[in-house]
Amino acid sequence: MCLALPAEVVAISADNETAIVALGGVKKEISVALLEEIAVGDFVLVHVGFALHRLSPEEAARTLKMIEEAGEDPLEELSA
Amino acid sequence: MKYVDEFRNGHLAKRLAASIAREADTGRSYHVMEFCGGHTHAIFRYGVQDLMPANVQFVHGPGCPVCVLPMGRIDNAIELAERHGAIVCTYGDMMRVPASERKSLIKAKAAGADIRMVYSIRDAMRIARETPGREVVFFAIGFETTTPPSAVAIRDARAEGLKNFSVFCNHVLTPPAIQRIMETPDVSESRTIAIDGFLGPAHVSAVIGSQPYEPFAAAFGRPVVIAGFEPLDVMQAMLMVIRQLNEGRHEVENEYVRVVTREGNLKAQALVADVFEVRDTFEWRGLGDVPFSALRIREAFGDFDAERRFSIETRKVRDAKSCECPSILRGAKKPLDCKLFGTACTPESPIGSCMVSSEGACAAYWTYGRFRQGPQKEAAA
Repeated sequence: MCLALPAEVVAISADNETAIVALGGVKKEISVALLEEIAVGDFVLVHVGFALHRLSPEEAARTLKMIEEAGEDPLEELSA
Repeated sequence: MKYVDEFRNGHLAKRLAASIAREADTGRSYHVMEFCGGHTHAIFRYGVQDLMPANVQFVHGPGCPVCVLPMGRIDNAIELAERHGAIVCTYGDMMRVPASERKSLIKAKAAGADIRMVYSIRDAMRIARETPGREVVFFAIGFETTTPPSAVAIRDARAEGLKNFSVFCNHVLTPPAIQRIMETPDVSESRTIAIDGFLGPAHVSAVIGSQPYEPFAAAFGRPVVIAGFEPLDVMQAMLMVIRQLNEGRHEVENEYVRVVTREGNLKAQALVADVFEVRDTFEWRGLGDVPFSALRIREAFGDFDAERRFSIETRKVRDAKSCECPSILRGAKKPLDCKLFGTACTPESPIGSCMVSSEGACAAYWTYGRFRQGPQKEAAA
């Protein structure tokens, strides 16, 4: 129910109320009334036809790095 | 898909699992409740529980809005279509949820009621524009994620003068429900459930931020780590909970920083506050009447409130006998503890709400077949 998917903004309406997003080849018009500002190329979280929040590419990269580091054994290399 | 596939990397999952096994103290156990059905679904779909050591257990929480809605409210929605002749629009998850007398929205639709499944409340508004002679009611359910879209729709409907459109509001709030879990006798007194920490909501927190959980973590002395809905998110957040417990900390931490901030989406919060106000109390399946746990439409937008327009009154309806949904929603029981699981109750013919939504614990057990690997209980059932 609270599932939401990250999609890329490809066009924004003149009144800043709606946008076209692309998700794996599918394009859809959604409302961006819940966002303060938005630009083409941003990734937004799409939920029931609305963009809920922008995704931060920097934070996504940081989390992945954290996950990679968490998986490292500080004492020795894990062989299997 | 960008921002999805990276967080499903099997190689990294194995390494994270090894870290969890290394850091989890074998002298104790870790019972961590994932509040959200979205987490429950990910845990089963990707077999995350199987990657955990035996002393690290997920306890499934009530965060499935379809599952916690009391039957009386679904009866109300069916009556709107059958008695008032309204076009009732709702999210797909609601269609099969059992109402009284084993009815459901989908059965009422089959019997001729005009009930339509929509992707978005914007679709319901479009239907209202296209059928000006009919009343169109959006049966709104969900936590803080679906609430801002409902707020935008009600605001726009008033601005546009869309007079045949209204919303039957069943939006509920996450923080009071999490608190209620810690206050149920199962947890607070008899200690039949141990909950050492929580995985906090992903997209609810995108809207409300991480701040609202801070008083809870302090008051109940439990760590809360906000987690994304992908398997690596869930595992990383579990590792963060384990570290907090090992160090004797109980803070709110945020694993899902690519979306969630401490403040959340302020514009969405302001819109919600404009349109909705908190109800004194609301019934949750499994949790009973929970004070200040749901929203209703403010009087200023009363023309778009289906409860006012159709003078809706909700009866209390008892759940089906033997259905363990209420205990399962509190984390007190697991689906396999229910005699109906997989016998009388299946996704094709559900008796309890937890078997309906893909985020319900019973549906997750059933869909991914994990119960088949379990103890011999199935054969006996």
